[in-house]
Amino acid sequence: MAVKKFVVGCFDDEGPLFDAVKKVRKSGYKLHDVYTPFPIHGLDTAMGLRDTSIHTAGFLYGIFGTTSMLSFMTWVFTKDFPLNVGGKPHFALPAWIPITFEFTVLCACVGMVITFCYLCQLAPFVKKHHFNLRSTDDQFTMVIECPEKTNEAELSSFLTSVGAFGVNVQHAETGWWLGRYDKDQKLFEGQSETVSA
Amino acid sequence: MAIKEFFAIPARYRTWSLALMGVGILSVIIGFVLYGTGHHPARFWATMLQNSVFFLLVTNAAMFFICATTLAWGGWQLSFRRVTEAISVAVIPLGIIAGIVLLCLVLIPDIHIFHWLEPHGDKILEGKSAFLNRGFFITWTILSIGLWIVLGYKMRQLSRELDTTPLPDAEAGRKYIFKNTVWAAVFIVWFALTVMSVTPWFWLMSIDAHWYSTMYSWYTFASTFVSGMALITIFVVFLKNQSYLEYTNEEHIHDLGKFMFAFSIFWTYLWFSQYMLIWYANVPEETVYFNSRITSHSHSGAYSGLYWFMFIINFLAPLLILMRRGSKRNYTTVTFMAILIIFGHWLDFYQMIHASLFPEKVSLNVFDFGVAAGFVGLIMFAVGRALTKAPLVAQNHPFIKESIIHHT
Repeated sequence: MAVKKFVVGCFDDEGPLFDAVKKVRKSGYKLHDVYTPFPIHGLDTAMGLRDTSIHTAGFLYGIFGTTSMLSFMTWVFTKDFPLNVGGKPHFALPAWIPITFEFTVLCACVGMVITFCYLCQLAPFVKKHHFNLRSTDDQFTMVIECPEKTNEAELSSFLTSVGAFGVNVQHAETGWWLGRYDKDQKLFEGQSETVSA
Repeated sequence: MAIKEFFAIPARYRTWSLALMGVGILSVIIGFVLYGTGHHPARFWATMLQNSVFFLLVTNAAMFFICATTLAWGGWQLSFRRVTEAISVAVIPLGIIAGIVLLCLVLIPDIHIFHWLEPHGDKILEGKSAFLNRGFFITWTILSIGLWIVLGYKMRQLSRELDTTPLPDAEAGRKYIFKNTVWAAVFIVWFALTVMSVTPWFWLMSIDAHWYSTMYSWYTFASTFVSGMALITIFVVFLKNQSYLEYTNEEHIHDLGKFMFAFSIFWTYLWFSQYMLIWYANVPEETVYFNSRITSHSHSGAYSGLYWFMFIINFLAPLLILMRRGSKRNYTTVTFMAILIIFGHWLDFYQMIHASLFPEKVSLNVFDFGVAAGFVGLIMFAVGRALTKAPLVAQNHPFIKESIIHHT
């Protein structure tokens, strides 16, 4: 991936953040992302993000679970190893429904967790640039992309005018890299603030 | 923003409700002449039992919804809470009708709906007679309906009280919420003793007095609760379309849609569990219940087509159609599904009663639909009238803001 220039602003409440997001989108600046300590309902709509496709994925995993489990049990109990269990027919559909149901749920949720991690690029040793470490604690961080043609000073003062504090400029890697936080110094480059655990 | 506080019944709404009630009364009279006289009046009374009990429990589910959300300190439903309150007002006329029908069933001789009334030396029925007897049936029926009406009235009263006397401070608000919680808890306890246990045993399950299922009451509850949520949705969408309920938007409809979706699945869970345990154990005195309802390789059940049709519209349709987020937020889809769900659970009640009484043949005809239309008209009439009586939004409730900013 590439290193890009970003202008970063902080907020300490979600109310002003919503207004700021609206103003930034109206102004035409390119909103890179917003980092918040907790999920905020409606922020995705305000940011104009498209709906996630994770439900569709979940549905497909569920369908996969249903069909694979049903066909597996059908094969086992009618073809491969037919057993007489309490005089029930070999194709004992009602008895299989709980198993099918459980496997459907299992496939859907495990699949969705993995898909979620993939979409968010979450995995052991996969590291990404942190714009503001306190966005996992008590600050809401708004990151705006600052391409060549954008005036950095203008953008910074604009961000201050919509209510952000601690506005700073960062050159950051947009992709992920493999590393370990205890070994990796890249993370803390150019950040004036230090966070003690 | 100025809001439209009071509902005015549109002329077409009134005409429709009166026309449907007319159809209902006509159907009851014609049905009584055709089926209710003579030696086998069961056909007439079965339909009356099905419709009166179904619609009574559906409207009563609105009060259960109010009390459950009150107990949970929920705030999201407040923007349309007056609609659920209005629906619960319909418990009064429907409760009186159902009460009369149920008393007729046990007091008029030779109706042949509840054969436990005359055990005629049947050892099993005599063993159950400590529970299944006329006196207990009548007492419990009157107590159930009476207390639903009284406790429902109390809950509505608490809500109405704020319209004239707003709460002065936060402390008064806390006291008010506590008082609401206590009364809601009383209603829920009574609801648990009636709809979730004894009432379906008496009113419906005792038709097959030899047979029993521990799932039965939950099954009935799930059926009526999901229909109750569907009824609430229909009224909310109707009022939205009439440009009332300014604070209610697709976020609230989305949550109502979730309720319909989730409880359709809950109903199916009970529907299936009841079947599977009986299928697995294969004890003749239990499987007898499914003889008329299920077709297998060794016999054919007359109601099996109806049974699977009901499964499709009560489970597959809500599962597949309401699964998407967009469809739960779309007024048209949600209304369509709500009507479908109510119809599906009406059919469910039909098979619960008729498949036990007349196992040979499905005789669903215009009479049944006519009576159902009458009850729909009655609900429309009663709810419409109740909606005009109170402001549509409980503006002084401490949680109202929570509902206005509600976001899913």
